[in-house]
Amino acid sequence: MWELRNISVRFGAVSALDDLSLTIEKGQIMVVLGPSGCGKSTLLRVLAGLQPPDEGTVWIDGLDATDRAPHRRGIGVMFQAPTLFPHRTVAQNIEFGLRMVGLDRPGRAARVAEMLDLVGLPDFGDRTVENLSGGEAQRVALARSLAPEPALLLLDEPLAALDRSLRDRLVAELPAMLRATGTTAVHVTHDHDEAFAIADRVAVVERGRLLRVAPPERLFADPQTEAVARFLGHVNIVGEGGSRRVIRRDAATIDEEGELRVTVVESRFRGDHHDVTVSSDLGMLEFRLTESASPGAQIQLRLDPARVAVIGGN
Amino acid sequence: MGRDRSRLITGAAAIPAVFLAIFFVYPVATVVWRGVGGEGLTPLGDLLESARTRDAIVFTFWQATLSTLLTLALALPGAAVIARSSPRAQRRLRALVTIPFVLPTVVVAGAFSELFTTFGLDDGDLRLRHTVWAILIAHVFFNYAVVVRTVGSFWSGLDARMEEQARVLGAGRLRTFTQITLPQLRPALAAASAIVFLFSFTSFGVILVLGGPRQATIETEIYRYAVVRTDFTSGAALAALQLVAVLALVALATRLERARPLTLSTPHRTTVRRGRIGRVANGLAITTLLGLPIGVVIERSLAVGDSHGLANFRALGTRLSMLPAPATDAIRNSLVYAVVATVIALCVGTIAALVVVHGRGAIRHVFDLGLTLPLGTSAVTIGFGILIALDEPPLDLRSSWWIVPIAHSLVGVPFVVRTMVPVLRRIDPALHEAAAVLGASPRRVRREVDLPIASRGMLVGASFAFAVSMGEFGATAFIPRRADTLTAPQALFRLLTTPGELIRGQAMALAVVLMAIVGLAVFVIESARGTGEGTF
Amino acid sequence: MTRPTRLLALTLSCALFAVACSDDTSATTTDTTEAAGPVTITLVTHDSFAVEASLLDAFAETTGITIELLSAGDTGQMISQSILSAGNPLGDVMYGVDNTFLQRALDGELFEPYVAAGLSQVPTEFQIDASNRVTPINFGDVCVNFWNDAIPGDAPTALTDLTDPVNAGQLVVQNPESSSPGLAFLLATIAGTEDWEQFWTDLRANGVSVTPDWESAYYGEFIAGGGGRSMVVSYASSPPAEVMFAAEPLDEAPSSVLLDSCYRQIEFAGVLAGTDHPDEAGRVIEFLLSKAFQDSVPESMFVFPVSDEAELPEVWAAHAQLADAPHILDPAEIEANRDEWTDRWVEIVLG
Repeated sequence: MWELRNISVRFGAVSALDDLSLTIEKGQIMVVLGPSGCGKSTLLRVLAGLQPPDEGTVWIDGLDATDRAPHRRGIGVMFQAPTLFPHRTVAQNIEFGLRMVGLDRPGRAARVAEMLDLVGLPDFGDRTVENLSGGEAQRVALARSLAPEPALLLLDEPLAALDRSLRDRLVAELPAMLRATGTTAVHVTHDHDEAFAIADRVAVVERGRLLRVAPPERLFADPQTEAVARFLGHVNIVGEGGSRRVIRRDAATIDEEGELRVTVVESRFRGDHHDVTVSSDLGMLEFRLTESASPGAQIQLRLDPARVAVIGGN
Repeated sequence: MGRDRSRLITGAAAIPAVFLAIFFVYPVATVVWRGVGGEGLTPLGDLLESARTRDAIVFTFWQATLSTLLTLALALPGAAVIARSSPRAQRRLRALVTIPFVLPTVVVAGAFSELFTTFGLDDGDLRLRHTVWAILIAHVFFNYAVVVRTVGSFWSGLDARMEEQARVLGAGRLRTFTQITLPQLRPALAAASAIVFLFSFTSFGVILVLGGPRQATIETEIYRYAVVRTDFTSGAALAALQLVAVLALVALATRLERARPLTLSTPHRTTVRRGRIGRVANGLAITTLLGLPIGVVIERSLAVGDSHGLANFRALGTRLSMLPAPATDAIRNSLVYAVVATVIALCVGTIAALVVVHGRGAIRHVFDLGLTLPLGTSAVTIGFGILIALDEPPLDLRSSWWIVPIAHSLVGVPFVVRTMVPVLRRIDPALHEAAAVLGASPRRVRREVDLPIASRGMLVGASFAFAVSMGEFGATAFIPRRADTLTAPQALFRLLTTPGELIRGQAMALAVVLMAIVGLAVFVIESARGTGEGTF
Repeated sequence: MTRPTRLLALTLSCALFAVACSDDTSATTTDTTEAAGPVTITLVTHDSFAVEASLLDAFAETTGITIELLSAGDTGQMISQSILSAGNPLGDVMYGVDNTFLQRALDGELFEPYVAAGLSQVPTEFQIDASNRVTPINFGDVCVNFWNDAIPGDAPTALTDLTDPVNAGQLVVQNPESSSPGLAFLLATIAGTEDWEQFWTDLRANGVSVTPDWESAYYGEFIAGGGGRSMVVSYASSPPAEVMFAAEPLDEAPSSVLLDSCYRQIEFAGVLAGTDHPDEAGRVIEFLLSKAFQDSVPESMFVFPVSDEAELPEVWAAHAQLADAPHILDPAEIEANRDEWTDRWVEIVLG
């Protein structure tokens, strides 16, 4: 189990992390979700030992590890940039951590082959790293960080630089790979779709503060605060004061007997649905509808109450 | 992280510290004390009253500055060409441009003299002989390699994407160079400029021979007082002044050298070949400047009577009456010295470079300055210093075999340090972090990450150390030497001070052999870096 | 630092200290064994010293003394180094002090007196030091050489011919501050003309060229090296050397010596004060005066032997010209006035 207790980190006048506490249970994939600059990367660096906290402590398996050097924490990191070792082949990069623990050559070769299979690059062992594409480099970086079987793996927006299809595919494969190796992971991202796809639990961080920690479905269904709601991608936030509500995009269907009367402003085709922007008494709303609607049309929408949540103050 | 690292640093740092202390600080301090210890600043004051001394001081700075600027201006395009060439071409070019380093000044001076005469530049309106221009040109000739190789190798390790980005955004070639490339090159430029300046500052043979009898620098004045007049007090006073000036200069240079490391760790080398015109122009420049004098030497070595042939080279294997052994023995001696000196320079210099980059607090600056100082210290000072300081057991090294490679490495170590430090500093800290989180202790990080990347810089420094030793720069002229281990430059000197056509031809042949050895050695050393493309 | 590298560095350092501690070529050894047992004598010389190994081996066989040679730069550098290390000398015997530097060396009290038996073969004109602190070994004359086929007018016979306008632009000399032959020639003009300052003023007007050292003059500007000048300050041994080392065999020497310009340089050897082996050092001096060594000096060092017994090689006998009355000045006078003379020279010629 890994714990951050009351961590604060300041860079000059700017507070990167502000009294943040977080617990990571073994076997989980925790996603840290937040906008750019909210301190997510700093959080990872404190965990890994690359950034000493100004206040607070780091605990690993019940021991105070705040002063422990990074190479002795058993924590692996996958950075945003692949940061592969130049002058070395793919295989030499992947086996780096294995050499540090003194695994012998046959053992290393076997594990490297295993990792290359895992990330889908089976014959890449002898390639030099200078000629890899972005996606290939990122996968090698992943193999490298998984190879020494770290107890905890930190991933710092590792998919940000990849193209859409590659990202989608890795988003699907990554949890499987992590679970296959039994690795506990903390995955940092600003993309809420990615977060929901990967996470067992999601920690929402904004401006150095932890807003909420919850499993993804609960978080999405019940954001509780407007800030979290907005960050999760909710746009339909209506009402005043104590009766502020968030309406999910998929809460509406076109129904002549629906309770909400709206005027269609815009309709965009998205393959398997239409993103429809409407104006109503509650304000401008966006919904995903299975049928299209022409701009200017007046339609009735029925809202599924299960997909509407009350949110508190900020 | 903190405790591990500082223990490592302190332990290893002892080696360069001890080296520097015994073979540089102690001797030089002894000499300086002789100049200012007894009568304080009075001798210096007396010296400064003489117009000749003041003129010499001003002239020293002036010609060193001009030499540095001129070398930079001519060598930067050369560096650009090398950076953009294929690795094989790079190796060959690098070997070629290092050859001048090994040529004794008198041979070069003779070659330049002949060139001046051939091109009508030694008298009349376009007189170059015995002018400052002759000095500057000779300095460029010798130091071209320093800039081209130090900056060139650093340059080819830069990420070309930044420049490509700038070009795509509309910046012209010149603007891209000045605003994107040049700032990135600053550390290597500062290092190279420092070396060139220091060499020019303490240049002796070039000033004496090519500058003519009217030009005096601090170095020649030190020689004049200490050796010609055995006025050691005045000589030492001037040496102290020179030391202070060099300290200030080196401090400035090391400050300029510090730049933030880049954030991209995997260099992306451009495969775009730059303009053909640029390369041809550069080729011409290199050929003219470096090739002509070398060509003169080669031509003279092949001159046998009225025709040409290899007789002079064959004769090198036989013993001439004025040499204790055939010239080939001398070549062998020089090689042995050079290998030992290079090894010493590498060991001491690598550790020192690591301390400069990774150490804490004051020790980094002390090493940074201290290990570059020997480059800028008068050869007379160091030589005489060793003579009077290291004269009692257990350190009576005055007639020891080891004093020669050690004296050579006093020049080689600064080279290794100054070529490795910019490279080490450039290493992306993300690579260190990546290694650390994969379980590498700080020591292993240095070995696994830093050294392979810095090995390029290390090899450049090593090949310079080798060339410097073969060419016998600096202090060894003022240290007594065992005559049974005559070196090639010493043999060359003896040949050059004997009249006779055959002798002269053989002297040139020996010079050509020296050049060939150095060129080959540099080529081989640089090729040792096996992992090919994409690396600098 | 990696372990192998550290090991290497440590090994080097240890080896270094081991060698330094055990290397005992200096005279400060602690063993005091007498003439029994082999002794090593260090002979400090300038860079132009050369001797055949066979001679040294023969000497070692007969006397049990091994001579180790230490080169200490040119004469000036050698003297400076010796003065700096007075009291803890670099070796046991020093060879190569010439009469222009002699007073400086004597003032520095570098030597202990030794009366060589071999002096009986040496003409008294060479025995300059009455106290025998130094022993003459060889001499050479510094003279103006001219290339026979290239001089514009008649062959010069007097120093003053050099200022003759017909020889304008023909002479190249060396700077007395930085060159030993240069200094010798200056001394020759001081001894050999009535007004040396006027002489040099005239020379300057006649287009004399100045170089810092012999090689730049002889191989740079003199015809022998491909230059344009037909007259150069060099040595009386240069014409025979040109014959010896000609590319194609010559009957006549291509250059000649202006005898009126010759300055006699005598080179001496002396036992260094503070040596642990004064007796053996003396034997080495005898060796330097021995016929075997004296015979070898022309070909090894391009100088003339002082000993009457010595035989000159054929080439030398045929082509060497020695002045009957070369110029020479008293060493004390030289030492007292040298700085002033050279300063004045610089003003006149270079100012």
